Amino acid sequence: MAFDYDKWLRPGKLPHIWCPGCGHGIVMKGLIRAMETLQLKKEETAVVSGIGCASRLPGYIDCCTLHTAHGRAAAFATGVKMAKPEMNVILVGGDGDGTAIGGNHFIHACRRNIDMTYIIMNNYIYGMTGGQFSPCTPTGHKASTTPYGNPDPGFDIAKLAIGAGATFVARGTAFHANQIDKLIVEAIQHKGFSVVEILDDCPTTYGRRNKYKSVIEMMNRLKEVAVPVKAAEKMTAEQLQGKVLTGVLYKEVKPEYIEEYAKVIERAKAAK
Amino acid sequence: MEKTLPKIEIIEKYCKGCHICVEFCPTKVLEMKGFYASVKNLEACIKCMQCELRCPDFAIKVITE
Repeated sequence: MAFDYDKWLRPGKLPHIWCPGCGHGIVMKGLIRAMETLQLKKEETAVVSGIGCASRLPGYIDCCTLHTAHGRAAAFATGVKMAKPEMNVILVGGDGDGTAIGGNHFIHACRRNIDMTYIIMNNYIYGMTGGQFSPCTPTGHKASTTPYGNPDPGFDIAKLAIGAGATFVARGTAFHANQIDKLIVEAIQHKGFSVVEILDDCPTTYGRRNKYKSVIEMMNRLKEVAVPVKAAEKMTAEQLQGKVLTGVLYKEVKPEYIEEYAKVIERAKAAK
Repeated sequence: MEKTLPKIEIIEKYCKGCHICVEFCPTKVLEMKGFYASVKNLEACIKCMQCELRCPDFAIKVITE
């Protein structure tokens, strides 16, 4: 039977604003399937975003949503979670929102290990503002502000998150749509800060400038570069050149921030 | 056993003509008809749901019993 997405969509909001072939819609479907699998309650689920193409996502989903200042999704979401620890807080955003303008908020949310899930849709560019290069644009690739090629090396969001202290880090792609909801389900179930990076395509501002002739070519690229973690174990370093690992990359158990904060409150009360 | 065919519903109001469903259908059930996707060969459908899964615009529903 066809999956009923309408249950989780605000009526009358479709069609969405994303360009033809943009993977953000595929990620949104994955998120909806994950929320349905976990049987989350709409009044106990908050989807928080900053600014950008990907950050338009909460506008379409029918639950508690926040559309906040650029890059500040993690800050607002921390507030929501501190005030109402029973809420399932899910952050969504793009690579520019999460790792450049909100880079500091992102790493400190990772460090605190607060029980939230951050879905970063990495399309290698600032799509909404006109295709400026982002920290994730690969070296040599073109953007509207780097017409002769980007000299900067790009961020590896997963490694950044692991380094900053996130306790669950996974990566998927918009092409492997079946995997997206499974990764998000695992991320929401994990107690602690979980980061799910989804490699995405931006045919309008990134593909057009980097010789991807169509959406299909961009999707095929995602298909080619993605290597599941288990398959990568059997591959040599040469074979893994230019490939990107997908699946659950890192998982550990560490004290969670809300619980630790509750202990601080207890200590303060006892000291009186 | 007789093969039951699904019903493929394409909501043209939502379709943005990105070609993803047409290109990634393993049995080439769909085609582009002008701007929108449409069903060309329903007989070949194996109900893998890849088109429904990958449509970024919520425009395809594969209804099976």
